[in-house]
Amino acid sequence: MNYYLLIPFLPLTAFLINILFGKKYVQERAHWVSILAVAGSWIVAVFTLLKVLKGETVNEDLYTWVLSGTFEVSVGFLIDQLTTVMLIVVTTCSTLIHIYSVGYMHGDKGYYRFFAYLSLFTFCMLMLVMANNFLQLYFGWEGVGLCSYFLIGYYFNKKSASDAGKKAFIVNRFGDFGFGLGIIVIFLTFGTIYYEPVFTQIGGVAAQTISFLGYEVNLATLIALLLFCGAIGKSAQMPLHVWLPDAMEGPTPVSALIHAATMVTAGVFLLARCSPIFSLSEPAMVVAALIGAITSIFAATIALVQNDIKRIIAYSTLSQLGYMFLACGVGAYTAGIFHLYTHAFFKALLFLCAGSVMHAMAGELDLQKMGGLKKYMPVTYATMFIASLSISGVPGLAGFFSKDEILWLAYAGPSPVGKFVWAIGTIVAFLTAFYSFRLIFLTFHGEFRGTQKQEHHLHESPKSMTVPLMLLTIGAVASGWVGIPNLLGEVIGIEHSNWFSGFMNPVLGHPEAHGTHAEEWMLMGISVLAGLGGIGLAAVFYLGRRSIPVLLAQKFGFIYRILWNKYYVDELYSHTIVRPTLWISQNILMGITDAKIIELIVNGVPRAIGGVSQHLRKVQTGLLQHYAAIMATGALIIGAWILLR
Amino acid sequence: MPEFVMPDLAPVMPEIVMTILALVTLIADIIFKRKETLAILSIASVVLVFFVLFGTPFKTTFNGMFIADGYSLFFKLIFLLNVVLTVLISMRYLVIERVNFGEYYSLILFATLGMMLMASAGDLIVLYLGLELMALSTYILAGFITYDMKSNEAAMKYFLLGAFASAFLLYGISMIYGLTGTTDLNAISEYIILNGLTANPVVMLSMILFAVAFSFKIAAVPFHMWAPDAYEGAPTSVTAFMSVGPKAAGFAVLGRVFLIAFGSVRMDWSAVLIPIAILTMGVGNIVALSQTNIKRMLAYSSIAHAGYALLGIIAGTGEGLASVMNYLLIYAFMNIGAFAVIIMLRTEGFKGDTITDYEGLAKSHPLAAALMLVFMFSLTGIPPTAGFMGKLYIFMSAVYAGYTWLVVVAVIFSAISAYFYLRIVMYMYMREPKESVSLAATPALGIALAITAAAVIIIGVLPSAVVSFARAAVAGF
Repeated sequence: MNYYLLIPFLPLTAFLINILFGKKYVQERAHWVSILAVAGSWIVAVFTLLKVLKGETVNEDLYTWVLSGTFEVSVGFLIDQLTTVMLIVVTTCSTLIHIYSVGYMHGDKGYYRFFAYLSLFTFCMLMLVMANNFLQLYFGWEGVGLCSYFLIGYYFNKKSASDAGKKAFIVNRFGDFGFGLGIIVIFLTFGTIYYEPVFTQIGGVAAQTISFLGYEVNLATLIALLLFCGAIGKSAQMPLHVWLPDAMEGPTPVSALIHAATMVTAGVFLLARCSPIFSLSEPAMVVAALIGAITSIFAATIALVQNDIKRIIAYSTLSQLGYMFLACGVGAYTAGIFHLYTHAFFKALLFLCAGSVMHAMAGELDLQKMGGLKKYMPVTYATMFIASLSISGVPGLAGFFSKDEILWLAYAGPSPVGKFVWAIGTIVAFLTAFYSFRLIFLTFHGEFRGTQKQEHHLHESPKSMTVPLMLLTIGAVASGWVGIPNLLGEVIGIEHSNWFSGFMNPVLGHPEAHGTHAEEWMLMGISVLAGLGGIGLAAVFYLGRRSIPVLLAQKFGFIYRILWNKYYVDELYSHTIVRPTLWISQNILMGITDAKIIELIVNGVPRAIGGVSQHLRKVQTGLLQHYAAIMATGALIIGAWILLR
Repeated sequence: MPEFVMPDLAPVMPEIVMTILALVTLIADIIFKRKETLAILSIASVVLVFFVLFGTPFKTTFNGMFIADGYSLFFKLIFLLNVVLTVLISMRYLVIERVNFGEYYSLILFATLGMMLMASAGDLIVLYLGLELMALSTYILAGFITYDMKSNEAAMKYFLLGAFASAFLLYGISMIYGLTGTTDLNAISEYIILNGLTANPVVMLSMILFAVAFSFKIAAVPFHMWAPDAYEGAPTSVTAFMSVGPKAAGFAVLGRVFLIAFGSVRMDWSAVLIPIAILTMGVGNIVALSQTNIKRMLAYSSIAHAGYALLGIIAGTGEGLASVMNYLLIYAFMNIGAFAVIIMLRTEGFKGDTITDYEGLAKSHPLAAALMLVFMFSLTGIPPTAGFMGKLYIFMSAVYAGYTWLVVVAVIFSAISAYFYLRIVMYMYMREPKESVSLAATPALGIALAITAAAVIIIGVLPSAVVSFARAAVAGF
């Protein structure tokens, strides 16, 4: 047994125990099983990190599942620097969020079920990042999608929740269809679905073209774009972003774990894992960078005007994921993964803080009904404040380092759209700071705007919730310190301070950057200013003159309505895809195809077969002489057929 | 006259030990009053033979009449497994049927000895001896409930038609002997090739007669007529035994005779086997639809499964043969598992063998229903059960051999089969229980169910161990 197998299989064991024995035996103790398992995974993950730091990477098959002809599928594990970073992110966030859930989910009647799903999710996510071949990646990919569906619709008695679960699942099908095709093209091209041979041979076939829907398409571009389809579905990028805001119907720990820290970043992971493929296709890279940039500004602008505390954070997640895609698209994979890693901490923290607020507000989500909460819940306030500083890119905190690296590499890198996405990224930095602090100020400052009953109920959350908040705060502050830009490192006297980039170098290579130190300083200054400017403006609007935002909303009513309605994308899809599909389903598929044709086949064929069956069984007369006669006749017919042909 | 040379007995050791132990069991019947002792004795015998089997060298002895190789080893493992599982499910059942007689166990051992000889036969005479030993023992087992007319009928039909099939076999043997002057499989093959007899009508006729006789043993259409009546009438434990052991033995000799002796006329025998396979899958699956007795339904299902397995033989490759062996092993687990559940429903005064008896079983006995669900899923071929993997490998070997169209036919019939397997599941889970059904659960039955269910799931998830074993077994063929 290899030590690293414990990482995925501990949560799997916890899942099995909870799902099989949860209802009758484990019940209120379900969290112990899950927490111990995931904490165990975390310890082994840290151990794995130490091994990888010594240069011991793993790429081996556990067992062959199917071997037939040239088709081989194994359960195999690849543990390199990229996997390790993901392992640390997933197990750390998962452990803390498991602990948080003890307080948050206390008294829920599906308590064991919740923890069972959480463990199953952790297992699938770990299988996803540890795979050494595309099929296992796909297994984990679909597994996390399934768990996401279970957990979004966790309160399945609530229609909006079960609808949101279905929406997430269906929207992801669009992306995963492309992803599946991508894996098939990979198998057809290389005859294998293992990463290693695919990545070493991709250089040789990159120039080849393949006829696809009548067009000659470059093979690397085709594979990259098909895989990219999967990535935009899972990571909720434009135009498949619509499921993520609705996914907030799930319990808040789920939003923090699945829809902020881990699962939604799987798309970024996929891009980084397949960087040898993407790097060979400039069109795919440009598409990735543009989709990322557009999503990030699109989501950030929507977040400006929303009032639902969780949805604001959800749009913020979309926007930050866009940042990561943007980074990968300009070839700065390391920076993308670095942002993934820092983002996991501060975004999980933001969600958990929001959950803590909801806990105090008895489930209320509307910012306009909050205010002045800081005196009731100081820990939540302090931690959320720090998380917001981090996401806004205030120097010294985690978000600053990762965001700054992305912007610098976008600007200085070789990408043809680099300067453009840099400009968008900088604007987004400003918007991010603004809406993050709008949320802080509306929630925690000023006067309480809810009902008296609600005010009476306000309280700080229990220890099981606040301790994970505090621990995550450490991550939100310090996780970026492993990737301090060398430029800054020299100032504070540390050589090669961008240790993270060096660590990832064996897998993701070193991004190109052409620029002077002066330029780098200037860019850093601009992004810091954008962040601080956003915070300042929010302070003016929501701490000082509360009348300004109201006035603006009236004055620019048109824009405000567009943003408030999220650019009408849901409505657009409803009119162009959902309704026509429904119409076709109901009138053509159900009315004609199903009712007439399929019913005829489905009922007719069994009836015919049943009729044949009734006749055939009569051959079985029970009379021995008949049986012997049939045997003899059979032998005669065969004899005649062979000898006389 | 050549001097008599003592043949090397090491390769036949498992059969020698089996013979002695079967006789010991027969004598022990006189000594022991408690028949459970005999059951345990027979399991112990099989375990002993199992260990002897693994110490046996891969060699040919008795001038090529007896072959110990990986191929025979794999089949013998299926036979031994069949004995263990059958004995486990029989112990309580025989008491309920009031036929708890000791000779039951020695008959099972003798039948198994016959199968083992068949698997190792390198000569048509040994093959025939093994086949008759197996068949005669099974005839008696089928009629074991002496006071029950149905059981008597089953035995009588099986016996008469079996004798009829044996006549075909002997006729085939005499033809090929008349032509080639030998009964040795390799020598026959060499003779046919050396003398360019690949289009010779006597070779064809002989091959057809073999095909008929073996089709009878594996219950392939139109030589399957005995199966439904015999399966329904025989004691349920014997039905389980018959549906696995003799069928596997039939495939063992079919593979060896056709791939070795008739290897040079492969195109001709596949032309015979392809229509038989299609008919077998068709009749088996379609007639199973209208059955109301679960034993009879499983009889037709067993016919259909022989049709799928024939595809691997038709493929004619080592991979095909390996997939057939793999399939037969998986079939042993899932089929005996299903019969174990049926036996569990048989209690004093309650037959429990009509399909409606399964209504609402999930409510009254959730575990039994869940087990039956696993076996029904596996028989249908739904992943992640072993039945899926078995079918997958068979079908893939046929596709690689160029029989894609035949696989399409097989898949369509396989889809039809879902109807009658899942109907049981539907009855168990979606209907209300009509009357209270009690279970005759015993530790032995529990062990059998645990083994079969675990195997069905484990092979479904981790098939590679079994598959590579089967491939290795065929490698020395």
